[in-house]
Amino acid sequence: MTAPLAAINDFVVKFANVNGSGSASANSMFAKAVLRMGVPVAVRNIFPSNIQGLPTWYEVRVTEAGHLGRRGGVDLMVAMNPQTWDKDVAEIEPGGYLFYDSTKPMPASRFRTDITVVGVPLTAICNAAYTAARERQLFKNIIYVGALASLLGIEIGVIETLLAEQFEGRDRLIKANVAALHMGRDWVADNRGPLGLQVRRADAVGDRIFIEGNQAAGLGAVYGGATVCAWYPITPSTSLAEAFTSYCQDLRVDPESGKANFAIVQAEDEIASIGVVIGAGWNGARAFTCTSGPGISLMTEFIGLSYFAEIPAVIFDVQRGGPSTGMPTRTQQADLIGAAYASHGDTKHPMLLPMDPGECFTFGALAFDLADRLQTTVFVMLDLDMGMNEWLTEPFSWDDARRMDRGKVMTHDELEAGRDFGRYLDVDGDGIPYRTYPGVHPTKGGYFTRGTSRNPYARYSEEGSVYVDNVQRLLRKFETAKSLIPAPELRPASAPTRDGVIYYGSTGPAMHEALGLFESQGRRLDALRVRGFPFSSEVDDFLASHDRIFVIEQNRDAQLRTLLMAENGGDPYRLVPILHYDGTPITARFIVASISSLMDATTPPGSRPLREAAE
Amino acid sequence: MTYIAKPKLHHPALAPNALGYLRRDYEGSVSTLCAGCGHDSISSAIIQAAYELDLPPHRVAKLSGIGCSSKTPDYFLGNSHGFNTVHGRMPSVLTGANLANRELIYLGVSGDGDSASIGLGQFAHAIRRGVNMTYIVENNGVYGLTKGQFSATSDRGSKSKRGVVNHDSAIDMVSLALQLGATFVGRSFSGDKAQLVPLIKAAIRHPGPAFIDTLSPCVQFNNHAGSTKSYDYVREHNEAVNRLDVIADRKPIEVDYEPGTTISVTQHDGSVLSLHKLSEHYDPTDRVAALSYLAERQAAGEIVTGLLYVNPEPGDLHGALGTTDRPLNSLSDAELVPGQSALDRINAGLR
Repeated sequence: MTAPLAAINDFVVKFANVNGSGSASANSMFAKAVLRMGVPVAVRNIFPSNIQGLPTWYEVRVTEAGHLGRRGGVDLMVAMNPQTWDKDVAEIEPGGYLFYDSTKPMPASRFRTDITVVGVPLTAICNAAYTAARERQLFKNIIYVGALASLLGIEIGVIETLLAEQFEGRDRLIKANVAALHMGRDWVADNRGPLGLQVRRADAVGDRIFIEGNQAAGLGAVYGGATVCAWYPITPSTSLAEAFTSYCQDLRVDPESGKANFAIVQAEDEIASIGVVIGAGWNGARAFTCTSGPGISLMTEFIGLSYFAEIPAVIFDVQRGGPSTGMPTRTQQADLIGAAYASHGDTKHPMLLPMDPGECFTFGALAFDLADRLQTTVFVMLDLDMGMNEWLTEPFSWDDARRMDRGKVMTHDELEAGRDFGRYLDVDGDGIPYRTYPGVHPTKGGYFTRGTSRNPYARYSEEGSVYVDNVQRLLRKFETAKSLIPAPELRPASAPTRDGVIYYGSTGPAMHEALGLFESQGRRLDALRVRGFPFSSEVDDFLASHDRIFVIEQNRDAQLRTLLMAENGGDPYRLVPILHYDGTPITARFIVASISSLMDATTPPGSRPLREAAE
Repeated sequence: MTYIAKPKLHHPALAPNALGYLRRDYEGSVSTLCAGCGHDSISSAIIQAAYELDLPPHRVAKLSGIGCSSKTPDYFLGNSHGFNTVHGRMPSVLTGANLANRELIYLGVSGDGDSASIGLGQFAHAIRRGVNMTYIVENNGVYGLTKGQFSATSDRGSKSKRGVVNHDSAIDMVSLALQLGATFVGRSFSGDKAQLVPLIKAAIRHPGPAFIDTLSPCVQFNNHAGSTKSYDYVREHNEAVNRLDVIADRKPIEVDYEPGTTISVTQHDGSVLSLHKLSEHYDPTDRVAALSYLAERQAAGEIVTGLLYVNPEPGDLHGALGTTDRPLNSLSDAELVPGQSALDRINAGLR
């Protein structure tokens, strides 16, 4: 018999529920209660493309050490879904715990001998207390939260406060929920003691906030000065547009006139969405759309127009599992190449690669400055993991002295003073020309925008040399972008090493945890987190100063590695892909296992290509 | 030949308009379309309308898609910003441009391939959203730049230049626009400038989605016997329901028609549309009747032209969205960026 797990502030609870049963708010309250006790949590919603009836899971990693990546493995399974029972029970770590509704007896064969089973007759308690079916269902969720609080040492007063906040002003509801909460707590107190897994009050959360990346990016767009948003509903990006809408209603309605300092259009498709964005950008408003991979596919013609006609646009791509419809409710980082080179002909586009909701906010705002400065489409590459899960992140901050950078815009007075205006003329040597807003001057600064080839004064031309000069200037502009994209973040190993890792996006938290584990194993790895594309000279330096670099990604085809090879001359023999792409968020355990086995087994680089150990 | 500068000479008798601009100031580059193309007549009508309305040329934004018709914005209003977008997608770009700056006048120019084939969806949605614009389709029933394929407005049974008979039903953009909520709908013919110029003027003054379907024969690929979009066919089957005069700013109407044959419609901006009835019972403010009349005459093989429908009090997208009266592209940091104090409040709610 395996000894029952014992841990304080360091374990994983997973809730297995049925979609649409009202469990989401109860589970989220459970996570928030742990947070309010000063203990960090990392939560992951694992949900199907469905509104009601299919299985859904909610994973809560209780982690005083502050590891915000998914850990992998389950210490306590709250098995509320008979459909997935066997798989859920099998997932529990040896010595772990199974919490279930024991109203109906289960045969012994459905359990395991190496785990501790905690049966609470939830249905029976509910049926005794409530008559209405919906009440029975909803309060059952609160009852199990009460029972879990008692089992895990979560202070019941903290949950009572959360309920009071959630139902503020509706005293009857607060009372009813608190009563249900107590039913669960009391049953455990009367029939069973606490588990080996315990939450203890700590001070490890600080002033951090708990928010989804999509919500943070929507807020970033408000602070970035976006006034036009056009979008088409698609999982997992929808909540970004909804967040922008609700923050605009809160922050952007003129107090005197009651009128909106924003315009949001739910378009008929993604093509129209990006069309609206490009029309608004052409006309001098800051505009964006948000979508996921299938939407990017549809937008590519317009993205090429934005590149070639040089029109600012911002696209938030909340990546999901591809290709095609793929795994719409699972996470991946598989749109990198598709976004970087979107559209026909020679095109490339700047991308920002946020790691967490904090960067979703800052990059979400920065993207608009970059789009105006570079006069092109800028992608902000989120993914479902950071976009649709609440993550603990530093509180948002803003420098009130900061002003929007509208880029090179020639004004009425400059035109009037006789300044030479060539829409595609490189006057500063950085590849970025001046533009004018339509309607600026009665006789000067007007030009015809087109997706066809043209000379520096925007006149149609199919002359070979004119075309080449123009596309070479676009390359100079792309070079300029390297100095504007956020620099990569270097985490050097504790001792000099020729081994490195490159990672990005939502892999961040799991990678940081893994780096700590590598250090404790005596493995030294310098780590570079790239935060945007095109890659700056720091990336070149890192490539040049390491013999072997593991490139950690959540896609099958090692897309960032391809970009490193194509754009920065990365040596394929030295860039070792570590790939996780089953749709679940990458874990520190996976990274450590993959890299450790390669470091133990491989011959020195340069002799033959190294292959990944993907699961 | 866009690279050939037009001579600056103009006829000494041409008078400047109220803003001091000559008709020449509303022209653009030299057209590269075929000699006799209907589209050039429409460009000329747009120039005439803008000149007569005393529009500041730079306050017009002209947008188009791809195709022969979509090239024309280069040939009029040379001091206006123009945008030749992508095929079939002008309506969304125009919508975005309009949202960014509600103070400009938006002129969308498109063709039957651009708006009825590849761009039917965007056409429909821009209309139903109520974008304040003048949307002109230069309708020749054929793909010109790719040399003579049928478009979606080609009538069933009509013949291509090579003798192929079209077996698909035609899309009638006027009926569609009416169904979708356009608040100004007209149809005209590039060969009838007396009818077309006032229609364009009225559409520009209309503060909502205005659509004009303009039959515009393609001399190269669709002007033969068996075509229903040729000069001859359109002239023979043109049934104008009214003649329009646009009187700006409530000047007294001088009626020179028989009593009872004129309707006056005062638009929201005060301009008066004075319609001389040619068809006795036609009421251009009755949308349902318009739809039914169009269907009836179409079945009889006639092409109904004129101002077919107008709602003098239309709404538009900005009204629906409740956007500020100022152009969104002119708002500054103070109006757009809420600052740290708002963030402090937001942070506090996320713990």
